[in-house]
Amino acid sequence: MDFDRLLEIKNLYFNINGKDILKDINLTVKKGEILPIIGVNGTGKSTLASIIMGLSGYKPTRGRIIFKGEDITDLSVTARAKLGITLAWQIPANFEGIAVREYLSINNKMSPEEALNFVGLNPKSYMDRILDDSLSGGERKRIELASVLSIKPSLVILDEPDSGIDIASMDIILNVIHELKKNGSSVILVTHSKRMATIADKLVLMCNGNIVKKGDAKKIIKFFEHYCKSCGHIGKIDEGVLNEL
Amino acid sequence: MNYELDRITDIYNKLIGPTNELLDRNTGSIVINEDKVLSINEINGLHIEYNKITDGVEINIHVDADIRINDPVHLCVGMLPSEGRQVIRSRIYIHRNAYVKFLAHCIFQNAKHIEHIMDSEIYLEDSAEMIYKEEHFNSDDGEIYTYPKIIGEIGNNSRLSEEFKLIHGRAGNINIDYDIKQNEKSSCDIMTKIFGKKKDNIKIKESLYLNGPYASGTATSRVVLIDNAKSNVFGEIAGNAPYTRGHVDCQEVISDGDAYASATPKISVNNPLSQITHEASIGRVNKKELETLMAHGISKDEAIQLIVRGILR
Repeated sequence: MDFDRLLEIKNLYFNINGKDILKDINLTVKKGEILPIIGVNGTGKSTLASIIMGLSGYKPTRGRIIFKGEDITDLSVTARAKLGITLAWQIPANFEGIAVREYLSINNKMSPEEALNFVGLNPKSYMDRILDDSLSGGERKRIELASVLSIKPSLVILDEPDSGIDIASMDIILNVIHELKKNGSSVILVTHSKRMATIADKLVLMCNGNIVKKGDAKKIIKFFEHYCKSCGHIGKIDEGVLNEL
Repeated sequence: MNYELDRITDIYNKLIGPTNELLDRNTGSIVINEDKVLSINEINGLHIEYNKITDGVEINIHVDADIRINDPVHLCVGMLPSEGRQVIRSRIYIHRNAYVKFLAHCIFQNAKHIEHIMDSEIYLEDSAEMIYKEEHFNSDDGEIYTYPKIIGEIGNNSRLSEEFKLIHGRAGNINIDYDIKQNEKSSCDIMTKIFGKKKDNIKIKESLYLNGPYASGTATSRVVLIDNAKSNVFGEIAGNAPYTRGHVDCQEVISDGDAYASATPKISVNNPLSQITHEASIGRVNKKELETLMAHGISKDEAIQLIVRGILR
């Protein structure tokens, strides 16, 4: 047994109405690893994130998910979270009547003040704010990152943390990811951003529900920008093109 | 102090907090049990008159023109016996350029079979402001019938903010009926928050008539139901003058059991420069909210409780 392996996804398929959304996904995430997953829209990145977290409606058709050596394929979201997995949604949920302080105090291992400071929000101004639409999308995203930091998970899945945010917030997200790594967390980072993806040495490229490559980040990003961004197809990548990687 | 006042204040202490303010001579207040006024305190600019009526009390409250009452005025109404009928007929007049905030606590902790009728008339003269927060503390297992009714008129440039909350116990049968007319540049926000369980039956009707130009209003309701509870919410805003703005916002959540909820927002305008909107939702606890909290390591039940508490807060 490889004790460095935190998460293993084995031969995973996900099918909706007879259509394969994910096909034969095999993926390993090591302890402390930051693993960006890139791919054009509709390739199955967020679906994979949802399946790892065990969200309702995202039970794999086939395959297993192993976390810390334990088969978690049939576990609930709560059970997975208790083992150390968490997910930050692309668009975080709003909560009527729940204040930032209360939210950041759920199973926290870091004070709400410290967590807010880390994401560049003044605790005095934000602690009593309600997590509703009175907060901007960027503020809400930062608070979500603060909550992820504060629970100190073993594995964080960040689903497009960079979407809909300003340039200054990008630096904060990158700092949060570095802090998570410093604390020993692994990070699966679903992103379209080149800057975000190059935070790691290796990354995963997805296309049409497949993992087509896991490898050198710079090479894959170059490939992604050259072939995938302009690619009208959602289908198999030509083997010859792939060999360029 | 008399025995009934002692008992009411004991319950107040346990459920709400220290009675210092309630009995403070510098704070306006009235305390009623059944059909008896147990305590009354008028302060500068606040006048409270009362008469005994069949099964209850008739109260007239006036806040003088140009008076600003900074500390909340306490209205504490209760029924110590487990059975009976109570009628509170109130007329509240907020005169020109006055400000007041009422905290109403309705205590029915011992209720087994209680009928509580609150017939209110509220009148705000021009440039006046009134905040009215009503909190109900019911028993857990009793049959209680609550009929809060407000007929109101808000003067030019005046503001009314009204909130009804069930804080503790069974809702029983609640039938809320608010009907408020608004004049030029007035604003009115009404909010109802109720948790229904077992065989509770909740009816809410909130109607605002924006009759003066630039009048604005919101009619908001939040109902959470479990078991076999039922709710029926009717939110209505009519924009009857130019530049009026209104919004009906109704959210009913069925978090468990065989509960039933219905919502009917009714909006109308008879002026092309009026804009009235509505949103209504009925359903289970939002899946994304639920799973976000579960992804923080709390159970589904704990997550539902937290979401429901937030909605009703």
